[in-house]
Amino acid sequence: MKRFTAKYGIYIAFLLLAITMAVSSPYFLRTGNLLNILKQISINGIVAVGMTFVIISGGIDLSVGSIVALSAVFASTYAHPGDYSLFVPLVIGLLAGSACGFLNGVLIAKRRLPPFIVTLGMMTIARGVALVYSNGRPVINLSDQYNHIGGGYFFGLPIPAIIFLAVAAWGMLVLNYTKFGRHIYATGGNELAARISGVNTDQKKIIVYTMAGFFAGLAGIVLSSRIMTGSPVGGAGYELDAIAAVVIGGSSLKGGIGTIGGTIMGALIIGVISNGLDLLSVSSYWQQIVKGGIIVLAVMVDKNQGTDK
Amino acid sequence: MESKKNIPGQLLYLKDVNKSFDGVPALKNVSLKVNTGEVHALMGENGAGKSTLMKIITGIFNLDSGHLFFNGTERFFKSPSDALSAGICMVHQELNYFPDMTVAENIFMNREPAICLGVFVNYRKMRLMAKEIFAKNNIDIDPGSLMKDRSAAEKQIIEIIKAISQDASLIIMDEPTSALSAKEINQLFSVIKNLKQKGIAIIYISHRMEEIFSICDTITILRDGQFIDSRPLNDFTNQTLIQAMIGRELKQVFPVKTNLPGEVVLEIKEISKKNHFDKISFVAHKGEILGITGLMGAGRTELLECIFGIHKKDSGGVFINNKKVNPRTPLNAIKNKISLVTEDRKQKGLFLDGPVRQNITLCSLRNYCRFGQLLNLKAEKSAVDAMISKLNIKVSSARQITRTLSGGNQQKVVLAKWLLTDPEILFLDEPTLGVDIGARAEIYKLINQLAENGKTIVMISSDNSEILGLCDRVLVMCEGRITADMKIGNCTQENILQAAMLFQTKPHN
Repeated sequence: MKRFTAKYGIYIAFLLLAITMAVSSPYFLRTGNLLNILKQISINGIVAVGMTFVIISGGIDLSVGSIVALSAVFASTYAHPGDYSLFVPLVIGLLAGSACGFLNGVLIAKRRLPPFIVTLGMMTIARGVALVYSNGRPVINLSDQYNHIGGGYFFGLPIPAIIFLAVAAWGMLVLNYTKFGRHIYATGGNELAARISGVNTDQKKIIVYTMAGFFAGLAGIVLSSRIMTGSPVGGAGYELDAIAAVVIGGSSLKGGIGTIGGTIMGALIIGVISNGLDLLSVSSYWQQIVKGGIIVLAVMVDKNQGTDK
Repeated sequence: MESKKNIPGQLLYLKDVNKSFDGVPALKNVSLKVNTGEVHALMGENGAGKSTLMKIITGIFNLDSGHLFFNGTERFFKSPSDALSAGICMVHQELNYFPDMTVAENIFMNREPAICLGVFVNYRKMRLMAKEIFAKNNIDIDPGSLMKDRSAAEKQIIEIIKAISQDASLIIMDEPTSALSAKEINQLFSVIKNLKQKGIAIIYISHRMEEIFSICDTITILRDGQFIDSRPLNDFTNQTLIQAMIGRELKQVFPVKTNLPGEVVLEIKEISKKNHFDKISFVAHKGEILGITGLMGAGRTELLECIFGIHKKDSGGVFINNKKVNPRTPLNAIKNKISLVTEDRKQKGLFLDGPVRQNITLCSLRNYCRFGQLLNLKAEKSAVDAMISKLNIKVSSARQITRTLSGGNQQKVVLAKWLLTDPEILFLDEPTLGVDIGARAEIYKLINQLAENGKTIVMISSDNSEILGLCDRVLVMCEGRITADMKIGNCTQENILQAAMLFQTKPHN
């Protein structure tokens, strides 16, 4: 029973939550609302997949929120109607995000600096670069094509949700079915033992942070196209939402433990709570208190299961 | 009866103490008598039960059965602070101190003299108290200086003074000189002599014969968790003491040797690493089991880890089949068909929170990959299952979390991990440390089998019976140098121990 709840506890919790919401509000289960939830969580979800890799590898990335803004501003600048093909802003946004992540990774792996400090620095730097680059003004007047990424639908599904699901599927594949994935778990679980076992832990860390930057860049593109604005002040606090999703999903901040499936559930739980509380017209001030409480509760439950063994 | 008797001069009396861990006995009916004002040496090989006994005296472990009398009354110490308030204090091998606080602050940690209803620390009074206690013991250390600025010996002495300031009547010292120079040792010894005159008893643990004979009054010897002998120092000579410490016969745990050493496979030429070892050269043959022994800190682990590419070496070369390889990273070593089963499986060997399967295939994942990255889980699973049954690892499934296995099974997982890389040269660092006797015999059998199949085995061990029972040849290291290279046929435990202490019977400068 204990092992069952340890493994499926999060799914049960999500189910209970969904039932509660469905009973409390007749609108909750409507297709439109469910698609809306999926759309709302997709940006956090994309960032959280990258964060899952970082946290499993034993690190943390506080800079992803700022990288979202940086990539949004960079990409939007090249997304004015008639300027360039759609390809250009996409590549530039993803490159900008990856570059920030790569820098994080190199400083953490090669200079042996603590991830918390490095990414805290990058959080401020990336935000600053976004503000300098845009002169502090939001980048507007974006092409319809570009705006379609965040606002469009494909086979009835919001495109951001499709992107999120694709990213999550890719993450699952890499973590469970590749050598690289195994090496990430080993690096986070016991870095010294992994190194002695022939794992190039420095290289793995650099790749992981670069990936986190890449996904933050992708989230920046989705965000700017959804709100049709490249905002240099957007994405604030996204790093904390992503960490929350990962932690609620059962990953250990000490590294070595975690799944993408858990992270998806974590993001869904946060999304459903916000949506449900919106439907029940609970003020957004109260929502923050509830969200924080859930995070602490999730870790508390997780910890108890760990020590009861 | 005995609890009522207060024998004059007798401070500590342990009677028939038993202690076991997970059913494995660590102490069997051990007795120990310590008198006031004596320096009592506790001797025995690694794993003889010395530290377990000390942990019982200081309240870290509870005894399973037996009695502990202190100052004539039976006592049960539930915690170190319990023992401390009775007057028993231990100075650990690795000191715990606050480097950025002053000497006086360290001595009076948590007992600071206070003013203003106990809210503020009275630093002036604290410093005076420290000065007074130093003066009483003829020690010249400035109590206002920072702890981190004091030498290793001074830190030891400060720790001892801290014990005295808490009215300790029994001080336990665990290898107090391991980090000290000859001059510092003298400084420490004069403090110890001073304490003796004041009637304070000292239990002194050390592997260094010279020190035992120069400072101690009585010697108690433990072996395999059993009491062997306890007599005044003058009844022992260097030889009889060594014999008493090791005098055991080889048991049937070792397999009949079937391996036949062949040509040279591994050759190490004059490799050095500063502060660890100096100009080490040796060869290892195909199908040979080569033992490396010596005391803790002799540089054995560092030597193998350098050859394996975990640490950088300063100079020298590693040759395999007459080809220079010099692995610079562990991956490099693995590709050259070397494996290293590390000593500390928790720190260096295992990803404890991961499943057994992920640990076993970590070094050899590339053999179960398609397109370089994509795992072939089926092939992996069958390889893992084969290893589990070959090494007889007791798991419920390959998905079991490694942390939940017993020590012996964890060690087998580490072994399995390295065997899967199909090494030609296998380094083993204390492969049976903390492994029970049954699993131990299985591991020995496996090592013998590997050598029989033409693998080259280099095995570090502190257990001399293991060296004598399993190896073909032994290298003895002392203070970073090889002091003996002997065929097992013509060497004895005495030879080994003498070579291991070669530089330690003389004071070194």
